[in-house]
Amino acid sequence: MAVNIKINGQPIQAEAGKTVLQVAKEHDVHIPTLCYHKDLNPTGNCRMCIVEVKGGRFLQAACVTPIWEGMEIETSSEKVMKDRKLTLELMLANHPVDCMTCDVAGECELQDLAYEYQAKVPAWGAKGTRYKVDSDPNPFIRVDMNKCILCRRCESACAEIQGRNVWGVAKRGFEEVIVAGAGVPMLEARCESCGQCVAYCPTGALSNKMNYGMGRAHQVTKVTTTCSYCGVGCQFDLLVKNNKVIGVASNPNAPVNGMALCVKGRYGYDYIHHPDRVVKPRVRRYLLEERGKTKEDGGWDWIDVEWDVALNIVAKKFMEIRGNFGADSIGLLTSAKCLNEENYLMNKLARQVIGTNNIDHCARL
Amino acid sequence: MDDVAKEAKAFFIIGSNTTEQHPVFGTTIRRAVKYRGAKLVVADPRKIDITEIATLHLRQRPGTDIALLNGLMYIILEKGWENKSFIDERTENFDEFKATVMDYPPEKVSQITNVPVDQLYEAAEIIASNNPTAVLWAMGITQHIVGVRNVMDLANLQMLLGNMGKAGGGVNPLRGQNNVQGACDMGGLPNVFPAYQPVTSPDVIEKFAKAWGLRTKDEFILHPSSFILSDKIGLTVTEMMPGILEGKIKSLYILGEDPVMSDPDTKHIRHCLESIDFLLLQEIFPSETAAYADVLLPGISFAEKTGTFTNTERRVQMVRKAIPRQGDARDDWWITAEIAKRVLFHLSSFEENEKKEERRKIDESAPWAKWDYKDTSAIMDEINALTPSYGGITHARLEAGERLQWPCPTTDHPGTPILHTKQFTRGKGKFMPIDHVPPAEKPDDDFPMVMSTGRVLYHWHGGQMTRRAQGLMQVYGESLVEVNPDDAVKLGLNGKSKVRITSRRGSIEAQAWVTDRVPPGMVYANFHFPESSANELTHASLDPVAKIPEYKITAVKVELV
Repeated sequence: MAVNIKINGQPIQAEAGKTVLQVAKEHDVHIPTLCYHKDLNPTGNCRMCIVEVKGGRFLQAACVTPIWEGMEIETSSEKVMKDRKLTLELMLANHPVDCMTCDVAGECELQDLAYEYQAKVPAWGAKGTRYKVDSDPNPFIRVDMNKCILCRRCESACAEIQGRNVWGVAKRGFEEVIVAGAGVPMLEARCESCGQCVAYCPTGALSNKMNYGMGRAHQVTKVTTTCSYCGVGCQFDLLVKNNKVIGVASNPNAPVNGMALCVKGRYGYDYIHHPDRVVKPRVRRYLLEERGKTKEDGGWDWIDVEWDVALNIVAKKFMEIRGNFGADSIGLLTSAKCLNEENYLMNKLARQVIGTNNIDHCARL
Repeated sequence: MDDVAKEAKAFFIIGSNTTEQHPVFGTTIRRAVKYRGAKLVVADPRKIDITEIATLHLRQRPGTDIALLNGLMYIILEKGWENKSFIDERTENFDEFKATVMDYPPEKVSQITNVPVDQLYEAAEIIASNNPTAVLWAMGITQHIVGVRNVMDLANLQMLLGNMGKAGGGVNPLRGQNNVQGACDMGGLPNVFPAYQPVTSPDVIEKFAKAWGLRTKDEFILHPSSFILSDKIGLTVTEMMPGILEGKIKSLYILGEDPVMSDPDTKHIRHCLESIDFLLLQEIFPSETAAYADVLLPGISFAEKTGTFTNTERRVQMVRKAIPRQGDARDDWWITAEIAKRVLFHLSSFEENEKKEERRKIDESAPWAKWDYKDTSAIMDEINALTPSYGGITHARLEAGERLQWPCPTTDHPGTPILHTKQFTRGKGKFMPIDHVPPAEKPDDDFPMVMSTGRVLYHWHGGQMTRRAQGLMQVYGESLVEVNPDDAVKLGLNGKSKVRITSRRGSIEAQAWVTDRVPPGMVYANFHFPESSANELTHASLDPVAKIPEYKITAVKVELV
C-alpha cells in the first residue's frame, strides 16, 4: 500500500511500513546518521537523524519512525539543525579530542559530523579520561571506551551479524558503558575476534591493534581481493601503505560475506611480510657440483642461486627422469592455495609436457 | 550459500565444524537459527561450537554415519514422510535402496551409533517436516574409508525428501581450502582434464591433443620420449607417496603443499620423501616439507598476484595484486611456465641430437600449444577455450563487477547458482543402497581410545601461514588435545596438563584441554604444529574410490607425561 507524504514540502508517494530515513534516502534527501547502519536493526538512540514532523510534539528519529498518510517532514529546519548540533556537542563534551593522533581520523563518523555541523567541544565539556586506554588484552582489537558514543553498533553487529552476543551495555545514565560479557576481557566473554564490532564502530572506540599508528584512511591504498584461507570465498580490501599490507578492511560490496570476516581473514595477514619468506631460489649444493644426491660434504646445504640456474637444473632433472623411467615416474601436486590459472598450468605441464596424469592436490587431506 | 542461509527451513549438519572451519558461513547459519527460526540438527561426536544453538545434537559414535543416516531414512519411510512424486519423477533404483534401509530399524541403529531411539525419531521429524532442509557436511563425512558411501547416503536422504535442485535445500559439501574447488575444476586431479573431462575418453584426448599440439597415439608408434597425452588414470597424492618407496615415483613437483604436515602417518611420509630422487618444492616459506626438497623455488602470496579463486559454491572471484613480489620471488604461474618451456626446449634438443623424427615435437601452430603467457588473463583465455563450464568466465567480466558461478559456458551466460534444478547430470537420480561398514582401525586393549583430527578456528591446515601470524599465535600458540573430564580423572590429569598420545605409528606430546566437547573415550587433536602434529599418529587407510585417508578415526592410548 502506498501512502502520501511530504519531505521538505516535496510530495512523495512511498510504500507503507518504510521509515522516514528509508524514504528520504530513496529520494536523495540527506539525513545524517550515527548509530544507524543499513546492515543492522535501527536502535534510534543517537538522535542525529531527528526530523521535525508537522503536528508532532517532539523531534522524531528518522531511522525508527515509520511513515503515515499525510505525514509532513522537515529534515533540516532551524530547530532540527540546532538540536543536532547540540547532540554532537554533548557527545564531544565527553569525548577525548585527540583527533591529531587518533588512528581512525579521516574515517571517523563523529569527526565528519562535527565538521559538517561545526560542532566544537563546549566550554563546560571534556571530563578527561574516564576509562583505561587500550583496556582489553585481545591481540587484535584495541578498546578505548573514552571514545565510545554509546551508539551500540558493536552490540548489534556482534549479535546480529556474528550471532555471538559478546558486547552489552552496563550501568545507566552518565556511567553507561559498553562491556564484554559481564565486564570481563573480550576473549573470556567468548569473543571470536572476528572484528565485526571494529568494522561497524563509527569512532575510534574499537579499532585494530595490529596496525595502530601505522596508517590512516587517506594514507592507504585499498585493493579488493579474495581471502586465501577457507573455501567460503570472502572478499575484503587489503590496506596497503609503502608497498606493505598493513591491514584488512571489510568491503561492504563483497558478494558472499558483505562486511563479515573471520579472525583469520581479518587478522591473519601478517604472514605475508614474515621474515621467513623464501625470496631467492635455493638448490642443494650437490646439484651445483654435478655430484649424485648426497648429504655428505655439505652436499645438502642450501645455496641461493639465480633463477636461470635453478630452472635449468629443474628442467634437466625432469628431462632425465622422464627419459630414464618414463613420464609416469613424475608426479605433480598442484595447490588448492594457488590461482585457477596456476592450477591450469600445472595440469598442462603434467599432461602436455611431461605426459602423465599423476597430478593431484590436497582436496583429500 | 546465500540461498541455503536465507531459504532453508532446517539444516542438517553432519561432519562439519561450520563455525570454526567456515566461520563466515557458520555465522549465517547462526543467524538463520537465532533470528529466522530455522531448525538445526547437528550430528557430530563432538560438542562443537554450533551445537549450542542446535535444535538437536546427535552424538553418534565415530564411524557410524551410514547406520545413522539409514536409521533416519527408515523412520522417514516408516512414517510415510518421503517425497513420493520426486522419487517417481526424478529418481530410480528406489526399491533396491529401500530394501537396504529396511535393515536399519531404530533399535539396531541406536545400538550401533549410541544415539537414543527417541532422538532418532526427533531428528527424522525435524529433517523431514521442514521443507526444504539443507544438508551440509565437510571432512567429518569424507575422511573415512567409507567417505564416498557416506556422501552417497546423504544424497539418498535428500532425494528421498525431494530436497535436490531447490533453493535452500540440496547437498552442500563445504570445501576446505580457498581454491580447492578451482584446483579440481582446473584438472588438478589424476583422472580428469579441466572441467572433469575424463582422461580415458578418446574424444577428450583428441580435443586436448589438437589444442596443445600433440599427436594422438594412433598417429605414430610410441617412443618413450614422445609428446603424447596419456589415457591412463594417474596416481592420487595418497598413492604417489607410497609410490616413491615402490619405485614408481622418482620425482615430485610440489606447488604450495606441505605433505609432511598434512598427509597421514608423518613418519612414513618422511621416509618416502627421503627416498625420492628429485623433489622440487615451490613455496612461500621453508615448510616442514622443504627439509626434503632438492630445489626450493620462491612463489608468492595471494597479496602479490592477480587471477581467480573459485569458492565452495563454484563462484569465481578475482584475486588482485596489492603489493610487489617479495624479494626475488616470482609469480607461481611464471615459474611453472618457465619450467615447461625449458623442459620442452631440452627435450626437443635431446630429440634432435638423437636424430629422432621431427614429428615427435609439439606442433607450435596448434592454438594453445605455447607457453608464452603475458599474464593470468591470457591463461584464462586458454581456460575459456578448453574448459566448457568456464567458457564465459573472463577477467574482463569479473572486473566489470559481474558475479559468476560456473557452469557459465559463454560470455553472455549469467552463470548458474543452483545445479540440478530440472534434472541430474546423469538424468535421473539413482538411489544407492549403502550398508554400514566399521572403521579400519578399531580400539583394542593397547590402544583403547579413538582420536579424531581436524583444525581449530585460529589456525590453518599445516600452519605455515597462521603460525607466522602474531595475533593468532597469541590466542592459540600451541596444540591443545581435547580430553573428556571422565578420561582426565582416569588418567589422573588433576593439576597436570601434558599428555602423551600414542598410536600404532607414532607418539606426540601436547597440552590437554579437559572439556566435554569430546565424549568419554575420544580425544581430538590438530595438525597445526609440527612438534605435536596429529598426523604423526594417523594412518593411511583409504576410501577405495576417493583415496581419502581415514583421519577421523585412529586408535590411540593416552598417558600422563
